[in-house]
Amino acid sequence: MSAVQRPVLNKKQVEMNYLLHEAPREKHFITGAQAMSEAVKRANVDMAIAYPITPQSEVMHLVGDVFAQGHIKEYYRAEEELGTMSAIAGASRAGVRLFTATSGPGLIRGLEAIASWPGHRVPAVLGILTRVINAPLSIQPDNLEMAYMLYSGAVMLHAENQQDTFDFTLAAFAIAEKVDVYIPVAVATEGFFVTHAKGYVDMMSEDLVYKEFDPVASPVPAMDNETPPARIQRDAPVQKSNFMSYLIHSVWQQEIWDSNSRAMKYIYEYLGGPVEVLNPGSDIMLLASGCAAAQAREAHRYAQEEGLSVGLVKVKAIRPFPRTEIREALAAAKTVIVPEHNIVGWLCTEVKAAIPNGGIVHEGPRVFGGMTLPVELIMFEIYEALGIEHTIKL
Amino acid sequence: MSLAYITPSERFKKYLPKDYVELIDFGPFGKTQEEAGPGNMGQFKELMEEHPMCSGCWMAYYIRLIFASLPCPEETVTIGTAGCGRLAISQAAVPFIYGNYGDQNAMASGLTRAFRLRFPDKTKDVITIAGDGGTMDIGFSMTMHSWIRGERFTTIMLDNEVYGNTGGQSSGMSPKGAVLKMAPMGKDFEKMPATDLAKAAGCVYIVRMSPTNIKAAAKVIRRAIFVAREVGPTFIHAYTSCNIEYSIPTEDVFADAIELGKGRFKFDEYMTDEAKIVIERVEGEEKAARKARKAAKVAEAVN
Repeated sequence: MSAVQRPVLNKKQVEMNYLLHEAPREKHFITGAQAMSEAVKRANVDMAIAYPITPQSEVMHLVGDVFAQGHIKEYYRAEEELGTMSAIAGASRAGVRLFTATSGPGLIRGLEAIASWPGHRVPAVLGILTRVINAPLSIQPDNLEMAYMLYSGAVMLHAENQQDTFDFTLAAFAIAEKVDVYIPVAVATEGFFVTHAKGYVDMMSEDLVYKEFDPVASPVPAMDNETPPARIQRDAPVQKSNFMSYLIHSVWQQEIWDSNSRAMKYIYEYLGGPVEVLNPGSDIMLLASGCAAAQAREAHRYAQEEGLSVGLVKVKAIRPFPRTEIREALAAAKTVIVPEHNIVGWLCTEVKAAIPNGGIVHEGPRVFGGMTLPVELIMFEIYEALGIEHTIKL
Repeated sequence: MSLAYITPSERFKKYLPKDYVELIDFGPFGKTQEEAGPGNMGQFKELMEEHPMCSGCWMAYYIRLIFASLPCPEETVTIGTAGCGRLAISQAAVPFIYGNYGDQNAMASGLTRAFRLRFPDKTKDVITIAGDGGTMDIGFSMTMHSWIRGERFTTIMLDNEVYGNTGGQSSGMSPKGAVLKMAPMGKDFEKMPATDLAKAAGCVYIVRMSPTNIKAAAKVIRRAIFVAREVGPTFIHAYTSCNIEYSIPTEDVFADAIELGKGRFKFDEYMTDEAKIVIERVEGEEKAARKARKAAKVAEAVN
């Protein structure tokens, strides 16, 4: 069946603020993969392109079902990730709303194209369902691949659970498409721990969808031979080696990172800000993103029960990095503990660089290669930092 | 809207670059091939005039020919990749997308599908124009899979049998035995059978040629575009020599193209029955339109 003959569903188009903040919601018990595809369903996506990799496959299967039901106009399985990400870049020139997702090695394979999306001004949404990067081969969760995304220019959100996955994915479309942003938004969450596990997700009716993509509201007009101004270039200085080309390229790079910074105000508007802080001013602050934030939240609860001075900073936005917010949240901390699902500690490095007293940031605890992050691991660090006797043996 | 959107209002014209205004007034937009086709090159404002290619570059000539042959330049988007070709393609007055290395057919897949869903009642021509390296080496998987999926756009391979832009390295399309960079002892495997691969992958119109005959080359380009609109993927494998890396004296470039046109670039045209129906219909319509115009002219002269 061609894209033209797709069934047209009768849905009510609404603004993102209404969708996220005002529309009545109902509680569902679903997996993270379902949450992401349900968000895509409500995002009024024109086209989705998929290439399978565990644990992402579950998301893109469900997005395929969403397409079959008529919520998406076009969907296909591409040849591999570079082909997928390149096709997204191509389709974007026609002025449509786009979604794809990948995991670990797939992200690395597609990275050449993904890293060019901001420069191409592709406002697509990319799901990253984290997975170990080979070798040795493993399909388990580990978010090392996010480290490779940090300097791509894309906006990056990191979801803690199924609810975040739903809300962040939906908001990502609105953030990406703002005229003063107009770069891709990646929504990451941990493979299996979130994608294949069920959690409670409050969702609005699927009869409501985000208003349709407006190809005219763009800093770079669609290359559709319809949207002015015409993009006829009789000369292409960027293609040559001369001072003008260097200048154009440097200005373009600055603009991408400025666009990335400008996404922050929309992260406030749609997601209530880039961080969530519990017990500000505590001696010990746990700082974490994604699934590690869920475990840190649990450690925080234990600590409250024991009357310890422990707070929590959950980082929702990895790019733009909430430097100011983190500085503020950690201003009174004596120790910062950063639990992570990767060996390199990319979040730890970012936090150290963001605050004037980086020495208070504790390295770890870190788990990787698919290991789970027991709350005891975090409690161990808390007890040690406070000099409290404990019986946790590692 | 497409022609209208590039046409400036009369009062605004004086503020626009002369080059742009002349292109609208005297360019090939909205004109027929007799008025502004390759046969009349030099007599109308061309889509591509200047280029930064080497003196005697046969590829630059063929790229100019492609643009002069477009059935509907105001509704065309070209996609290319790294290589010499993009230096000239990007200077044509047709939207050009420069992707990453060898990803032109993947980009075109996304673009073509998105055009069809946004403009179901319009014809938007998408053409990928890339070199032998971009099409058959680094972009091989994306080229092949776009054909296997039956994506409806035209792929043109500018085969100069070498990586010209990066300094003369051997490519999959270089002939066996060619001593080139990265093949210092001579290339030790055969030139890739590009047109056979295209056939196996499901291209519905395939031509291999050395484009020495302007009329024949233009006809092939137009056929490939017409068929891609309605039937499926089409592929042109054209010889566009690199006179620098193969040390062909400028005055011998044409003779070399003629010579190879008798050899490994011998004209070969393949079309499926479905493609043939489209070609016969469109060319029949064009012929009828030409006849009608001629008759009208005669009638006018008589009156």
